[in-house]
Amino acid sequence: MFVARSIAADHKDLIHDVSYDFHGRRMATCSSDQSVKVWDKSENGEWHCTASWKTHSGSVWRVTWAHPEFGQVLASCSFDRTAAVWEEIVGESNDKQRGQSHWIKRTTLVDSRTSVTDVKFAPKHMGLMLTTCSADGVVRIYEAPDVMNLSQWSLQHEISCKLSCSCISWNPSSSRAHPPMIAVGSDDSNVTYGGKVQIYEYNENTRKYAKAETLMTVTDAVHDIAFAPNLGRSFHVLAIATKDVRIFKLVPMRKESTSTGPTKFEVQIVAQFDNHNSQVWRVSWNITSTLLASSGDDGCVRLWKANYMDNWKCTGILKGDGSPLTGSSGQPTAMSTVVGSSVQTSQSVLNGTSAGRAWLLVSSTQACVA
Amino acid sequence: YNYFNWDCLLQFVKCATGSGSSLIHVVRKDEDIYSPILRKLFNESHHIFVGLQTIREDLPSKNKKPQFVSISKSYRSVIRACMEELQQVVSILLAIELIWNLCEVLFIDAVPAGSLLLHLLDWVRLHKADVDEKAREVLQSESPVEHHGYWDVPGSIHTLTEFDVKWRHWHEEVDRCLQDKSFASNVHLELICKILVGDEDTLLEHKELLSTWYHFLVTRLLFAHPTIKPTELHYYAQSCMAMFLDSRSAPETLDSILLAAFDFDIHQVIKDCSIALNNWWFVAHLTDLLDHCKLLQSHNLHFGSNLREFLLLEYASGLFNHHSLWQLAVDYFDHCPEFGRVYLELHIERVPLDTERKALKVLRICEQRQMPEQVRSICKIMAKRALRNNRLGSALSWSIRAKDAAFATLISERFLQDYCTRGTFSDLDLIDNLGPAMLLSDRLTFLVKYHEFHKLYGEKCFTEAAKLLLSLITAKIAPRSFWMTLLTDALPLLEQKEVSQTHPHLSLGLYDLTVICVFWSFQEEDIELTKVELLRLALARNLAKAIVKEGTVDA
Repeated sequence: MFVARSIAADHKDLIHDVSYDFHGRRMATCSSDQSVKVWDKSENGEWHCTASWKTHSGSVWRVTWAHPEFGQVLASCSFDRTAAVWEEIVGESNDKQRGQSHWIKRTTLVDSRTSVTDVKFAPKHMGLMLTTCSADGVVRIYEAPDVMNLSQWSLQHEISCKLSCSCISWNPSSSRAHPPMIAVGSDDSNVTYGGKVQIYEYNENTRKYAKAETLMTVTDAVHDIAFAPNLGRSFHVLAIATKDVRIFKLVPMRKESTSTGPTKFEVQIVAQFDNHNSQVWRVSWNITSTLLASSGDDGCVRLWKANYMDNWKCTGILKGDGSPLTGSSGQPTAMSTVVGSSVQTSQSVLNGTSAGRAWLLVSSTQACVA
Repeated sequence: YNYFNWDCLLQFVKCATGSGSSLIHVVRKDEDIYSPILRKLFNESHHIFVGLQTIREDLPSKNKKPQFVSISKSYRSVIRACMEELQQVVSILLAIELIWNLCEVLFIDAVPAGSLLLHLLDWVRLHKADVDEKAREVLQSESPVEHHGYWDVPGSIHTLTEFDVKWRHWHEEVDRCLQDKSFASNVHLELICKILVGDEDTLLEHKELLSTWYHFLVTRLLFAHPTIKPTELHYYAQSCMAMFLDSRSAPETLDSILLAAFDFDIHQVIKDCSIALNNWWFVAHLTDLLDHCKLLQSHNLHFGSNLREFLLLEYASGLFNHHSLWQLAVDYFDHCPEFGRVYLELHIERVPLDTERKALKVLRICEQRQMPEQVRSICKIMAKRALRNNRLGSALSWSIRAKDAAFATLISERFLQDYCTRGTFSDLDLIDNLGPAMLLSDRLTFLVKYHEFHKLYGEKCFTEAAKLLLSLITAKIAPRSFWMTLLTDALPLLEQKEVSQTHPHLSLGLYDLTVICVFWSFQEEDIELTKVELLRLALARNLAKAIVKEGTVDA
């Protein structure tokens, strides 16, 4: 059963992003009110706001957690052209009693000349690396060489995408067969450069990122992009939120031993769903890549699942208030109680950005085999 | 047994005495018996209770009475709500037991003709017994099911063919009697005979006694086709269902599933159950058993190498969300050869490490399965958390377990800084008992050895202490920042008679190094001049003594 909890987020303006931490016990929200709030889940399942502070001098677009191996660390990015890294400080005992904690700024990244639209940490096996993308089409990759010193970050790479960037996603695969790979989505209205999704791959020899692929079939503005967890497969799966939901499979083609360029991929479209019938804003995978959640301008969250024949189908629809959608033509309706659920709570889908409230998908069920 | 410490708390201790064994049993009330439905009862009734207490005492009883009645009804409505939920659960369980039982008869036991019908009879009777006691009584009085004494015969004496011949002979005879109207005088007898020959219309006239089409099916088979073969079942199942159900109403999901089972279409049964039932539990476990019986064709797929693995992976993934059931999931992943391991890796690293105990549990699972990356990661997370909370000892032991030399170095530095500021060490037990683990990082080794130096000094083993101090400096594991501290420690040693007089070599060695250090220290910015002066004085005096002693010994 979907258990929808309404949390009065008390943001004074639109909420743009929600992010669970690695274990699904903490959550961060960010807003046009320029602040970030951190929420902790108590033992009885209630969410309490344990920190709320002004982070930028403009709307905060995205917020993201670092892997807990690096401590309690957040990154945020904003319309004010900066990204920032925050670390939680263990507070005084009276703070703990009040259930409050403090976050201090470790660094501000000011290299961008335009609004910074997304910020993501790279997979932990790459070290402590932070990536931003901006409206001016530049993707920047920073590294903190000393993971104990979060104030020191060096700009390692600048990738010029030629299109205004809206979102980025790292391939989480730590396999040695897969060099680091990042997907960049664009919401640029420019029609000259057709493909709005670009894939960049790190080259060990040149020590640089080079473009490996452009998804030419994605021509509409891309709002969100997400690599699926890898599961030891040779190919990659990428979900895209654009005018519809799309899932692509990228199959690396065998490289000749003399080839020094980036990997060539065979691009296959696995699924395409226009059920939202409107712009899709977020896509989010569960931890085993067996379930994809999407949210759209129709105010609904949809769940997508592949059966054991690898056919993708919609397995659930939630309205903006967390209740299941009933009576919709041909779509599965209310889901029922199960033993456990397949979507790990460490994935979140933002739905309904009306002022001050965040509806969150807290738990969900599984789907059919058909 | 001696009972003591009994009180209203949930724990009491029971001591077994006698027979040579002294065991302490700690018995705790099992909290898991408070199922979600009972918890709902407790939660809802709590609200009602609190509401009741707030009814004002000073109101006249005629005002209070309607409120009391209303509260009473509220309590009852909560009871009914819980009952309904439980009934839902029970009816789902009944359905899956019914389906599973049929699958066992047809697929797993794969009962051949002859005993097939007996098993189907048991199946129906068990279901009826589960569902409707009263109906069973009625059935028993009217139905010849109980009067099948002749059924004892086939299994024991006759072969199936012999039985078949005899039965057909008997059947023809009864049929003939009916045609002849031999029993026309007795309506009841005629009815019984019609039933006995399996006359469909007669059976259908007594539909209300046969609550389901499959009961009708088995009854009809009992009287009309007792030696039915498994492969013939589906034809009769179809026709019985069609005859029994209203033509208007579509078959329910349960009916389709049973029909698929009678069709021996295992995949359809699994598929229909997956859609119809609200949990993976049933299909996962049944499919696994069927797979062991080698009844499933294998497909090569992406999500699990076959259907069995796919379903088990789904089921176990669901368990991982639960704060304690996740441990069960581990065994399921262990038995999924294609993707079980990677699923386990992905799930287990997300288990919230609420307590040390839970973290250790998770670690044990990872270590048993050779998952070094997950072990390292979990230990690192715990070490980092401990460091944040200034629990240096805990942070150190976690980083040792993570084999994280860099972090161990960092924590050792913190220990040493602590010592410099406070003059004492913390977590001495841990540092003393590290054993070979201390070799993880130079700084850690230095920390352990430096503490050892202090211990030796405290025990007045000055010679040993001096030797250790010397080796610490010569082995270059002492950090430069610490040399001043070491030299300050060396000072009193240089004064000790035991060292200067009995071990002049040692003393000279110390002297050599302290000279070097002192010269070095002049190049450093922040030196404490008084300390350096003291050192120079001590060195000079000591050198004098040593030279004298050396000279004396040599001579």
